[in-house]
Amino acid sequence: MDTLLLQILNGLDKGSAYALIALGLTLIFGTLGVVNFAHGALFMLGSFCAVTFSRLLSLSSVKLDETKLDFLGNPTEIKTPYVEAWFGPETGAAIIDWAVPLSLLLAIPFMILVGFVMERGLIKHFYKRPHADQILVTFGLAIVLQEIIKAIFGANPIPTPAPDIFKGSFDFGLALGMDANKIIYPYWRMVYFSFSLVVIGAVFSFLQFTTFGMVVRAGMADRETVGLLGIDIDKRFTFMFGIAAAVAGVAGAMYTPINSPNYHMGMDFLVLSFVVVVVGGMGSLPGAVLAGFMLGILESFASMNWIKDIIPGIDQIIIYLVAIIILLTRPRGLMGRKGVMEE
Amino acid sequence: MLGLNKKDTKFLLIVIALTMLTPFLTQPFAENSGLAQFNAGYPDLMQRFAIYGIFAIGFNILFGLTGYLSFGHAAFLGVGSYSAVWMMKLLTVNVIPGIILAIVVSGLFALVIGYVSLRRSGIYFSILTLALAQMSFNLAYSVLTPITNGETGLQLALDDPRILMAKNTSGSLPTTNLFGLSMNSSAKWEVLGHVFTFNVGYYFCGVIAVIAFYISLRIFRSPFGLMLRAVKTNQTRMSYTGLNARPYTLAAFVISGMYAGLAGGLLASMDPLAGAERMQWTASGEVVIMTILGGAGTLMGPVLGAGFIKYFENIFSKINDTVLHGWFNFLPDGLENLLVTLIHPFVGKGWHLTLGALFMLVVIFLPGGLMEGGQRITKWIKNKRSGGGDPNSNKTHAPKPTPHVAE
Repeated sequence: MDTLLLQILNGLDKGSAYALIALGLTLIFGTLGVVNFAHGALFMLGSFCAVTFSRLLSLSSVKLDETKLDFLGNPTEIKTPYVEAWFGPETGAAIIDWAVPLSLLLAIPFMILVGFVMERGLIKHFYKRPHADQILVTFGLAIVLQEIIKAIFGANPIPTPAPDIFKGSFDFGLALGMDANKIIYPYWRMVYFSFSLVVIGAVFSFLQFTTFGMVVRAGMADRETVGLLGIDIDKRFTFMFGIAAAVAGVAGAMYTPINSPNYHMGMDFLVLSFVVVVVGGMGSLPGAVLAGFMLGILESFASMNWIKDIIPGIDQIIIYLVAIIILLTRPRGLMGRKGVMEE
Repeated sequence: MLGLNKKDTKFLLIVIALTMLTPFLTQPFAENSGLAQFNAGYPDLMQRFAIYGIFAIGFNILFGLTGYLSFGHAAFLGVGSYSAVWMMKLLTVNVIPGIILAIVVSGLFALVIGYVSLRRSGIYFSILTLALAQMSFNLAYSVLTPITNGETGLQLALDDPRILMAKNTSGSLPTTNLFGLSMNSSAKWEVLGHVFTFNVGYYFCGVIAVIAFYISLRIFRSPFGLMLRAVKTNQTRMSYTGLNARPYTLAAFVISGMYAGLAGGLLASMDPLAGAERMQWTASGEVVIMTILGGAGTLMGPVLGAGFIKYFENIFSKINDTVLHGWFNFLPDGLENLLVTLIHPFVGKGWHLTLGALFMLVVIFLPGGLMEGGQRITKWIKNKRSGGGDPNSNKTHAPKPTPHVAE
């Protein structure tokens, strides 16, 4: 029982990341019909928003402190981040500490902007071209974004810690009346999971309960008719692209404490998120979310030692294996609509 | 000649001539001139031109003709490499058995993967090949360590059996050879400050590349090739005529997988080691870029793209700050530094950025790749010469050429 619970918990944070990326991916696919191979790069951009923000906040001035002397008797240099200088050491340090969650402030508008520019500048011209061309051009874009990040931030992973109060972990076992230290779960992973639920909920309710969402859903079903009704559907779809980019971006920003951002994380997550989308069903939002969590949890189960003893290496390939089986037996995926992209 | 018409024979002869003269063509600058770093005539790189040319030709048979975009072709390259190295470990370091095994094993592997993934088309096919190849990469990296030697990579060792060879007493690893002709031996010819290197390995790869090119030429001109093009143009219509496209696409998939395996086997023959990173999906992306950049569906395009990318990878990436400063040192200091800072992200370590941007530009504006670009330029020049009076140049009512099917 406790191992079961532990594996489910372990799978949740990875599953949340998969679900969020896949949600954006399938949003773009469902609305615009574009296969976006640059979506992993958007996730990575979000991560580097967090890095940028933490760097911006910790920008510091170097002063000579006359009161403290080093062993040679010279005044020592001390670095004071500007935020600390302005808000006092305690508040300033706290602000710096919150860099990752605060980076959402930066990531959301930035990613929406990136989404806008991408859609208007590039994707717009590819609606009528075959899917292969869309894959190719977005693949090229992914390479370009990745290389730009590499040129600016370097090739090494950049550790970005979570805020101090989320350090440490929560003892689930104790809370459920079991032995202490049986099931411990880092706070930040809990935060990430609940955050992803909030984002998913927000996207769904936006699509479900607002007029804007209603129009977009109508446009997903029949783009031309909605256009004929006198609604500027293109503008709304551009906005949807921005939202999809922002979902991937904030997912990346919040994921940074779990996985130090590096320039190839986009490509690493891209393949997996495509697999997730395919398993969930192309163009199905609930499918993407469900498949994301399911595959994340499956992956953590497969990495248990006794399973690895029976089938060695299963933890490496379980996701692909599931995807291949699903694609071959039920090409529309778990919750895909009939007729979308089927042969 | 050889079952080709006159035009194709001429084309083939040109390709043969280009292959044979590569050591001259890639070495245009004198050894001690400032431009010597653009010379590409060293054996390692010339071999890569030929090998990746073969890889791209094979990929083009699948993608250029049938339009099935596979994102997992590097898996076959890796499988070919592994099998060739195993042959060299077990039997002999003669390259021929290794290459034959590489082709056979990768063909069988492609048959399995193709059988599974060709049940779907379009983007599903791309994702299936991507998933299958990534799965093979992960397996090669971890579980199959007894066969693939995991992350260290497979290489020759002193105590390998090599049952067809005499007992190794020299205490050093044997070099790969072709019936005694060592692959890394080369002849040098110095003339007028130029040094031309004629490498056995390169000529071996070059001959195989010409054969591979000839086979792909025949496939392009055959009824089978026509059938593949029909699959690309309209598969639904084709199935209405009562034809089952599956056997044809599967055959194309296996053939291109065998080409990739041949390329992998050659890579291992030139340098007997094989690593899992050769199978990663970004490596598959590279061959896609090569083919598109050169011109998918054309005969010469993929080879051109492969040569272009390998040239850039090896030459362009060597341009660093010092070299840039050397180029611009005739300018005033401020301007020099500005130019160097501006150019620096695009060359040297950042050459992937140039490649990615170039690739995007080609996909957006030039779907036929460099070949189409070349054709457009020649047409433009011809039109200028004839004063624009060419009646064929009136494009307003002519149908547009379908992308990727261009010859």
